Amino acid sequence: MTDKITLARQFIEAIPHSRALSMRLVEMEGGVAVIEMPYADNLVGDPETGVLHGGAVSALMDTTCGAAAMCHPSNLGGTATIDLRIDYMRAAVPGQAITTRAECYHVTRSVAFVRATATDESGGTPVATASGAFTVEGRT
Amino acid sequence: MTARRTPEPVQVVKKRRDATLRALVEGVPYIRYLGIQFERRGDELTGILPFDQKLIGNPMLPAIHGGVTAAFLEVTAIITLSWTYLWEDIESGTIDTASLEAGGLPRLPKTIDFSTDYLRSGLPRDAYARARINRSGRRYASVHVEGWQDNRTRLFAQATGHFLMPQPRD
Repeated sequence: MTDKITLARQFIEAIPHSRALSMRLVEMEGGVAVIEMPYADNLVGDPETGVLHGGAVSALMDTTCGAAAMCHPSNLGGTATIDLRIDYMRAAVPGQAITTRAECYHVTRSVAFVRATATDESGGTPVATASGAFTVEGRT
Repeated sequence: MTARRTPEPVQVVKKRRDATLRALVEGVPYIRYLGIQFERRGDELTGILPFDQKLIGNPMLPAIHGGVTAAFLEVTAIITLSWTYLWEDIESGTIDTASLEAGGLPRLPKTIDFSTDYLRSGLPRDAYARARINRSGRRYASVHVEGWQDNRTRLFAQATGHFLMPQPRD
């Protein structure tokens, strides 16, 4: 079990952009993935308030959803995003880390359906939610 | 007969347009971090994402990270929307270029939702994007963005987003 998470962690950390954003894998098993991204000054979208840019949240959402699709028991290969929609509920509190939890809730022969929620450390209303479709590889 | 106003010298107009665009792009840390630039032809903007190793999402292929693609298209949408929203003030000269040059950023539209279609994998090379504003009201705007790499007609991604427009200061 520990080996599995270590492997998954190494995999996520091998993604140059995820590493650039200091993403840290918390959980990845059975179609559920949790990834944390610390606050950083270079990810700011509004310098007046210090609020993170939506694009940085997109990158975290995409990585986490992809990880959830990949660790679903009936999807053993890699995956690619077909489409991803993100709803921005509120501005993330400046200085706080963002944690995204993604769940792959259905897999067909060719498509994995995933939804995700991103929260900051203040709890309450999520910062953003996402839903997307991902490819299922390694089967025809 | 009333005399027609003499057109402003081209360098004056260009200076104002370029100062506004520079403030919009360089004032945002995340845009600088991704290395996104904008090229301007009159009022038409093209976003450019020069390739960089840190943008990779799949080291095996290699391919640009899907999150980077979404971010690039979202940045292009927001900058184009802000630019269009400010255009009248830029042209009339009511925009305060001195304050912009001192780092005073105009208020930006806020993303309500953003939906990205991944049509092809993003290759390890430069990417381009252009946004089209399909509807822009007092409060809400709907923007479509197209992203391509080597061929303008072979899009690697497209997106539609809704934005909340900045409200006049009280």
